[in-house]
Amino acid sequence: MGIFSRLKEGLKKTRDGFFKNVKKLLSFDRLDEETLEEIEELLILSDMGSETSQDVIKALRERMHKGKNPIDVLKDVLIEILDIPYEQKTAKPHVISVVGVNGTGKTTTIGKLSQLYSQQGKKVVLAACDTFRAAAVEQLRIWSDRSGVDFISQGQGADSAAVGFDAINHAISKGKDVVIIDTAGRLHTRSNLMEELKKVHRVIGKAAQGAPHEVLLVIDATTGQNGLIQAAKFKEAVNVTGIVLTKLDGTAKGGIIFAIVKELGIPVKYIGVGEKIDDLKPFKPSEFVEALLSSDEESSEEV
Amino acid sequence: MFENLQDKLGRAFKLLSGKGRISEKNIEEAVKQVKLSLLEADVNYKVVKEFINGVTEKSLGEEVLKSFSPDQQFIKIVRDELITMLGERPVPLRLSSQPARIMMVGLQGSGKTTTTAKLATLLRKEGKKPLLVAADVYRPAAIDQLIQLGKQIDIPVFTGDRRNPVSIVREAMQQAIKNINDVVILDTAGRLHIDDTMMGELKEIATLVKPDEILMVVDAMTGQDAVNSAKAFNEVLELSGFVVTKLDGDARGGVILSIRHVTGKPVKFIGISEKPDGLEVFYPDRVAGRILGLGDVLSLIDKIQANVDEEKAREMEEKFLKNKFDLEDFLDQLREIKKMGSIADILEMIPGAPKDVDLAGSEKSMKRTEAIIHSMTLKERRNPKLLNYSRKQRVARGSGTTIQDVNKLLKSYDQMKDMMKQFNRKGKLRKGIKGFPF
Repeated sequence: MGIFSRLKEGLKKTRDGFFKNVKKLLSFDRLDEETLEEIEELLILSDMGSETSQDVIKALRERMHKGKNPIDVLKDVLIEILDIPYEQKTAKPHVISVVGVNGTGKTTTIGKLSQLYSQQGKKVVLAACDTFRAAAVEQLRIWSDRSGVDFISQGQGADSAAVGFDAINHAISKGKDVVIIDTAGRLHTRSNLMEELKKVHRVIGKAAQGAPHEVLLVIDATTGQNGLIQAAKFKEAVNVTGIVLTKLDGTAKGGIIFAIVKELGIPVKYIGVGEKIDDLKPFKPSEFVEALLSSDEESSEEV
Repeated sequence: MFENLQDKLGRAFKLLSGKGRISEKNIEEAVKQVKLSLLEADVNYKVVKEFINGVTEKSLGEEVLKSFSPDQQFIKIVRDELITMLGERPVPLRLSSQPARIMMVGLQGSGKTTTTAKLATLLRKEGKKPLLVAADVYRPAAIDQLIQLGKQIDIPVFTGDRRNPVSIVREAMQQAIKNINDVVILDTAGRLHIDDTMMGELKEIATLVKPDEILMVVDAMTGQDAVNSAKAFNEVLELSGFVVTKLDGDARGGVILSIRHVTGKPVKFIGISEKPDGLEVFYPDRVAGRILGLGDVLSLIDKIQANVDEEKAREMEEKFLKNKFDLEDFLDQLREIKKMGSIADILEMIPGAPKDVDLAGSEKSMKRTEAIIHSMTLKERRNPKLLNYSRKQRVARGSGTTIQDVNKLLKSYDQMKDMMKQFNRKGKLRKGIKGFPF
């Protein structure tokens, strides 16, 4: 199965639900108040939040001229929000720290991410820095077996900063390309745990210059408005460089990313579309919006 | 990040003051604010619409009570309506079978395994003898997670062949009878509500064990989609209730209203910390303020009542009145406050309390205050006037602070005494006294 068709497969349910409705609504030429209100409702139901939804509606209203297809205008507005430039640091080893609240799918995402890098021919090291949650270390070890990458751990209860430090040194001495740090899930309101996360980052910064080069915040697509606060707090603490939006294979639409990108300027980098090891896809704004807006009848092409 | 609803409503009702009745025009703006606040709290859009209609109807033509300002009266209407919708009273578990069976279900990452362990801890406190069953054979290391949690709380975990959830559950029931466990809690794998195969598996397990309770575990941070998953699980399984987790964060928890409304099933427990005893019975009236963005005064009062030694409180009141409040009493007060939990927790529950205060700083300064008083002799604490320069120097050294810190503390103590004088004179506290050490 090609990448696009799998992405489409993963997003199919999303499409079937909310955006199919929009397609139907917007296939009319007119864009009267009633229709706009219905669109706003559908945007809110996608977890975009009332503020961002109102902004989208406003933009749609301003840009809607005679002869234009409403769905194309909406598409443009949505893509423009998500499509923000960002620079990609390069380093060897390239150190990626994966952070987030509990239960968003950090460890699973890391398993898939290591597969993605391995397939690009990169040598990957996983660092089991979630030394708090019961069996988190074991869970990551199983993923490292599946993707056939190195695994560094000091067991549960160990100092997570020390594990990260070790993993980077291992990568340097063995000439590995990528180190992925699995941190423990923590609520952004727990200031002591956020301090601990900062410490982990400080310590790994001593093992390799500029590390972590990438900080990925994992956001569950089912998350509501709290997602924006999560992103703001994690950004403030550890300077998040990208979002991974997981669990898009359900019926949740992940609309909160529009608010996150718009308000905080953090780009979305990957999306999780299933539980299998290759179910992590690089995020492409146009593709995301396109896949969301296209109706089901469209023939899916193998790429 | 978000303006308090109370303030917004206050503004919306500014024009109303002096009138004895809420009119349609008056409430339009207020209703809009409530609507936005509920959406901000992640209450499902359709549920918000219904709720708003109900509120509008109820508030039209209501007499303004003498003691209430219109905005307060409106808030009361909204609150009452919300509590009615949430179900008013807590609904206890119904465990009648021998052994009783509880099945935990839900989406991935909602916190089923952790909740399973917490629920077992809670039931043991009530004298039950639980057996945990690890029926999540899919997520890597999920079984190990439950085994480890079981060890931590010293409650047995049945794992069986670790392969087939249905046969694991079957064997577990026999094990429970053999070991005279009176309640069995099944931890099932997280799954998507649209995954027919996996939902079918749950149905099969439910048919086999005939659970007394099927509890769906839902993350408090869930947004609009919660109604879809809750409805789907309820349709397949006939849920008996919900457990809403991660309420120790700052999510407003509008999901509680949504799932209750679309399924008619009660929320029975809420998860309030990562610790094994971090599960509480759900009281609908307490969460209403949080969802509305009004704070949770009832829980705060509860917390104070649970933690304050009444005898001591009376003593303290006596001292207040006689203006004999010394630094020793001051220290006692600090300890009482600390017993209630972190300042963050307390602030969270106060309506309209600022959310952006430097909490770590306040906690630190509380600790510093304690250290300074600890470094004084008992005599000094009883009579702070004794503290001359050299004594202050000693106290500063002893507490690892500076003379300035000691002076600051003494100054706020003096202010507090002044405040009490006023209190005694007028029977009422004056507003705007600053310079508290915390």
